Amino acid sequence: MNPAGMIPAGTNPPVATPFFFYLLAAIMVIGGVMVITRKNAVHSAMALITTLLAQAALYLMLYAPFVAGVQIILYAGGIMVLFLFVIMLISIERAEKERQFNKQWPVGIVAAAALGGLFIAVYTTTTKGRALFPEGRMTYGETQNTQQIAALLFDRTAGQYMFAFEIASLLLLVAIIGAVVMAKKRI
Amino acid sequence: MHALMQYIQSYLDSDKTPGGAGNIFWATVYILLVFAGLSVAVIAMNWLERKILAHMQVRLGPMRVGPHGLLQPIADAIKLLLKEDIIPAEADAVVFWIAPFIVVLAAFTVFVVVPFGPTHAITDMNIGILFMLGVSSLSVLGIVTAGWASNSHYPLIGALRSSAQMVSYEVAMGLAVVSVILMTSLNDQSTGTLSMIGIVQAQLAQQEWFIFKFFPLGLIGFGIFAIAMVAETNRAPFDLPEAESELTAGFHTEYSGFRWSLFFLAEYSAMIAVSSIAVTLWLGGWLRPFPNLLVAPPWDLVFSLFPAITFLLLAAMCFYNTARMPKHPLFKVQTIGLAGFGVVLGLIGLILFLPAVRLRVNDIFWFSAKVAGFMYLYIWYRGTFPRYRFDQLMKVGWKVLLPTGLALLVLTAFVGMRTELWAELQGVWRP
Amino acid sequence: MLHITTLHYLVLGAALFLLGVIGVLTRRNVVIVLMSIELILNAVNLNLVAFSRYWQGIHGPTALHGQVFAIFVITDAAAEAAVGLGILIAFFRNKETVNVDEVNLLKW
Repeated sequence: MNPAGMIPAGTNPPVATPFFFYLLAAIMVIGGVMVITRKNAVHSAMALITTLLAQAALYLMLYAPFVAGVQIILYAGGIMVLFLFVIMLISIERAEKERQFNKQWPVGIVAAAALGGLFIAVYTTTTKGRALFPEGRMTYGETQNTQQIAALLFDRTAGQYMFAFEIASLLLLVAIIGAVVMAKKRI
Repeated sequence: MHALMQYIQSYLDSDKTPGGAGNIFWATVYILLVFAGLSVAVIAMNWLERKILAHMQVRLGPMRVGPHGLLQPIADAIKLLLKEDIIPAEADAVVFWIAPFIVVLAAFTVFVVVPFGPTHAITDMNIGILFMLGVSSLSVLGIVTAGWASNSHYPLIGALRSSAQMVSYEVAMGLAVVSVILMTSLNDQSTGTLSMIGIVQAQLAQQEWFIFKFFPLGLIGFGIFAIAMVAETNRAPFDLPEAESELTAGFHTEYSGFRWSLFFLAEYSAMIAVSSIAVTLWLGGWLRPFPNLLVAPPWDLVFSLFPAITFLLLAAMCFYNTARMPKHPLFKVQTIGLAGFGVVLGLIGLILFLPAVRLRVNDIFWFSAKVAGFMYLYIWYRGTFPRYRFDQLMKVGWKVLLPTGLALLVLTAFVGMRTELWAELQGVWRP
Repeated sequence: MLHITTLHYLVLGAALFLLGVIGVLTRRNVVIVLMSIELILNAVNLNLVAFSRYWQGIHGPTALHGQVFAIFVITDAAAEAAVGLGILIAFFRNKETVNVDEVNLLKW
């Protein structure tokens, strides 16, 4: 960490960061709650789109513009379109009039609460947790973000993730073939 | 107060965009200017489309409402605002209401990174072109939800067809764009850039518009993008999902009045946005013709006179048509209106002769002129080509444009790296 | 509270994760279960990018490992959503329901 000068000279400090963080966090949490509680699947999908877009904005606040761009293109613009298509193809009115929550919902809530308690315990009480997140963060500019990610992926000497990249392409190929085979009428 | 003036003044000397300089006041000013410019452009496009289509079809188009129909778009806007707002029964009211806003949001947010000049963008994101492609793909969501929420057959089929078409042609657009990004990395000490301003500066540094680079690869990439962008915005000849004789206006059938005008606004804004992408990536953005070749002082002066001369020509056309107006007392108001319009255009032209204005407006003018050329191309396509059937449309998208785009990408990479590849094959390349 | 640290992002990620877990465990509509899974993956991504920012502060501006990981997770999520929805469509074609409770036959 660079203790002398949290903000490098020549860059502008971010503006109104707490306001935007809390606003986006509220949008995300409200969107998440709407995803899991709406009866209508299309409403859930639209709430999820809102959450994803707010998350892309949070990535921009974390100085990760490339991940934000990928999130908007792939997640909000690709995966959610896929979800909406499937919802419209298979949605039947019967599903809306049925019970929305299954018979084990108390167990689910208890399990989630236990997990939440675990998170709170890790983040606040253990010394390891408290030491993990010191105050103050650097604010590097984002002018070279894409280039640096590309260096990590593709550079001959410094890149470590080329193999993972190739495996990811193979994974996508398998997923394409799998989806086509699954959804065909006759194999 | 003095601090405020200082804050406002401090930006004017910097060489970055308002977003890059962190100056909120000027960013807001730029945003408002872009909004105003877009609205004027959409209104002008409405009139131009009807007049140009009419003249291509050997008829006159709107002539009654203002002189030569110049007030027709305003009459249309008033009509749309005053129309009854109908929501179909059983339609999902919330989603029905949100859908036009999603499309407008996607169409307008794109303009945050469009570069009208080296510092005349609202902001210059590191991922400029990625942001534009991503946000313009959000309009698919709006279209799908619009068709779904209408609770009616024609809109649903139109929405599904329209979104399938847009998603297919986005892939071809992406491949053409990636081939250009490869070309930006061929500067002398550059690593390539996704930023819109960086792409135009790469063209300036390499002294070649990317449409002419590695001839014919740049041209093919431009062709792929030009075709894909017409399909992306659901315009003729790819407008089956919203053609009247086929699907009674497709996904926006059930939308009336103001909501329909939002879709219309979003469609024309999207057209301008993808044209801006094409202009920035292939046609050199805000660069005037031959910025490196013809760089001696008289050429700078000559090229900087173009905006003023354009407006004076338009004013001359107005005056000529005023002289040709029928000499009937019922036409007096129209004649005076047209003459007044001509005077306004002439005044703008004269203002553009002033050196202070000339220097600032130069980049914006060249960018807007190139985008206007693309708008004319859109209207020309609509007046010329017959409509594609939907299966032909999908065939073109997946079986013609996508393989061509892939081959183009590989070829561009090979040609761009030919010296390094050859050196490596000979065993002499050192990383 | 006003200075936004890494912990803020982690707590937000944990909250989203919990919402996703509740969605997976309690909803009956398969599509909404899949969307809750996407919510979980997003929470993980937020954690990764927040930690990448923290790591960047320690190891210099080029240490963007968390962001690269997040990109791979997004790619993964896309593949998984495609295959999951394909399975859903194949299942729906046979049984005409999107109810998780009725996916209870090993063979029919």
